[in-house]
Amino acid sequence: MAPVSLGRRMLGGFLGRLRPEPGSGVWYFRRDRVAMLSITVLVLMVLLAVFAPWLTPYPAQGRGTPNIATKLQSPSTAHPFGTDPLGRDVLARVLFGARTALIAGITIQVVSTLFGTVLGAVAGYFGGWVDEVIMRITDVFLAFPPLLLAMTIASVGEPGLGNSILAITMTWWPWYARLVRGQVMSVREREYVKAARGIGVNDLKIIFRHVLPNVMTPILVQSTLDLGAAILTVSALSFVGLGVPPPAPDWGAMVNEGRTYIQNGRWWVPTFPGLALFVTIMAFNLLGDGIQLAANPKARGVGAS
Amino acid sequence: MSRGEYLLRRLGLGLFVILGVLLVTFVLSRVVPGDPARLYLGPRASPTALEQVRQDFGLNDPLPKQFVGYVVKTLRGDLGYSFRTKRPILKDLRVRLPATMELVISATLLALVLGVPVGVLGAAKRGRAFDQISRITTIAGVSIPAFWWALLLQLLFFLTLHWLPLGGRVSQQVQLQHPIKLITGSYLIDAAVTGNWFAWRDAVLHMILPVFVLATYPISLAVRMTRASMVDTLSETYVTAARAAGLNEREILFRLALKNGIAPTLTVMGLVFAYSITGAVLVEIIFTWPGMGSYMADAILNKDIYVLFAVTLVVTIIYILINLAVDFIQAAIDPRIRIGREREA
Repeated sequence: MAPVSLGRRMLGGFLGRLRPEPGSGVWYFRRDRVAMLSITVLVLMVLLAVFAPWLTPYPAQGRGTPNIATKLQSPSTAHPFGTDPLGRDVLARVLFGARTALIAGITIQVVSTLFGTVLGAVAGYFGGWVDEVIMRITDVFLAFPPLLLAMTIASVGEPGLGNSILAITMTWWPWYARLVRGQVMSVREREYVKAARGIGVNDLKIIFRHVLPNVMTPILVQSTLDLGAAILTVSALSFVGLGVPPPAPDWGAMVNEGRTYIQNGRWWVPTFPGLALFVTIMAFNLLGDGIQLAANPKARGVGAS
Repeated sequence: MSRGEYLLRRLGLGLFVILGVLLVTFVLSRVVPGDPARLYLGPRASPTALEQVRQDFGLNDPLPKQFVGYVVKTLRGDLGYSFRTKRPILKDLRVRLPATMELVISATLLALVLGVPVGVLGAAKRGRAFDQISRITTIAGVSIPAFWWALLLQLLFFLTLHWLPLGGRVSQQVQLQHPIKLITGSYLIDAAVTGNWFAWRDAVLHMILPVFVLATYPISLAVRMTRASMVDTLSETYVTAARAAGLNEREILFRLALKNGIAPTLTVMGLVFAYSITGAVLVEIIFTWPGMGSYMADAILNKDIYVLFAVTLVVTIIYILINLAVDFIQAAIDPRIRIGREREA
């Protein structure tokens, strides 16, 4: 597999071509203001997470150090998002929470996609009993409601970020296995694959050199878009107390810790972390919708077709 | 493949998957660190008591025999005991399940009643303002974290406007002065049947926010699915023909096209149902709704993991059976199924 060319292929599909033909999917996508806005929001989110320590005057509070002197202050110029019950700047916590969300989300996506791809490719390429065994296992895992299974697996171990990442990954990979299998089956009988087989190239090499590079684009796009759902699931586990233990910053955990405070009018404590979560997931979903509209002219509607 | 063969195959696969699900929960319950007997009896148990529990629970048997025992017990409805309360889990679920179902069924119905018409209109007014607004709103609907959305609504309707209660299933006044006689376990039905209208009104008020939060995702999904499938249906020749024949637009949309356009929405409703049961975990925590979600949340807090295994098992089996039922209904209404095309999940 050649990861560089894969990445370029994925981006190239939507952004890379300099002058897309008017009316084409790429042309439509680039003119889609909502999709462009979502990309901007997501890039900004990544930058905020990476540069969090330099963007806030309270990096230590962002990581969890309490400062009781300033507890539960309402939003002000010094603390635009207010402070939490331990006196920490909520904005700093939200910025550092973006790191947790991204690290967890990306880990889940990378591991599940890799695992699912290998299993799906093997099942789709070899077919027969190999396919049958792998896909029936996949069916079993797909039968569980993901959040429920993740909660149960996560509560078997000690609470922590690694544990919740592992639990979610176990419920995540079957989707990619199924997706990749379908894609691989659709190219398995193509001439170039038959030719490679004919001259005696070994199967693994065919899968990774010839088959996968030709089918990975939609899978990588899907996987990127699913990052939103992964982040949401991580935060849901944190919300029920199965994610990072305090004082580490996590949006879901912050909503949970802050939720009792709304009753005494301290609405800002859970509101801003939840807002960050909402905006991030919304951006991923808007982007996904934009890609779908660009790829499917019929769905666009009268104005744009 | 004939329809009969197709349904048999689905049924066989469903049974296989249920067996697989049992295997997964069994394996999970055996990789739990620590001795189950000690977990059950607590740290100061005597060796004889421990041995007794191991005997009773079959923990000394070889693993395959334990698994068979586990399957047989589950099929008989024996879900084991809560390690914290020592109560049979099934007994707890009998009280909890109706409370959750009341939320989940209401939310699913709301999704159909609200989501389908909006989706049809979106397809009819494709690309126009109504469609654009409904597109953005439904994307927001599938993106908003339920636990945060619930808080925002509490902030508005309880703390600011004082219109709706903060949580619970009924107020204390009802519990003390107008208790609901339980028949089905659904407060709405039971209060109505016994003519306890004071309690009924109170129960409705308590349901509004949790149901709406739980329904937000299903409503959005129903709108999107209906719209997508109606867009396809509306471009069919028979719709054009009906238009040419001068049928009025409402008739075309809601009678002619919807009949064919609604099939994918029904399929998704099966998924939505499962989503709602899991979503209920988060919603019930915030609204202190005494259903399965709160039960799970308590179990997570108390590390009462065998409760989690049991709830996961029950919900998953319900979910598989619903999907199976949806397949059967679809096969009944859609003749194309006969070709044996496998449904995309």
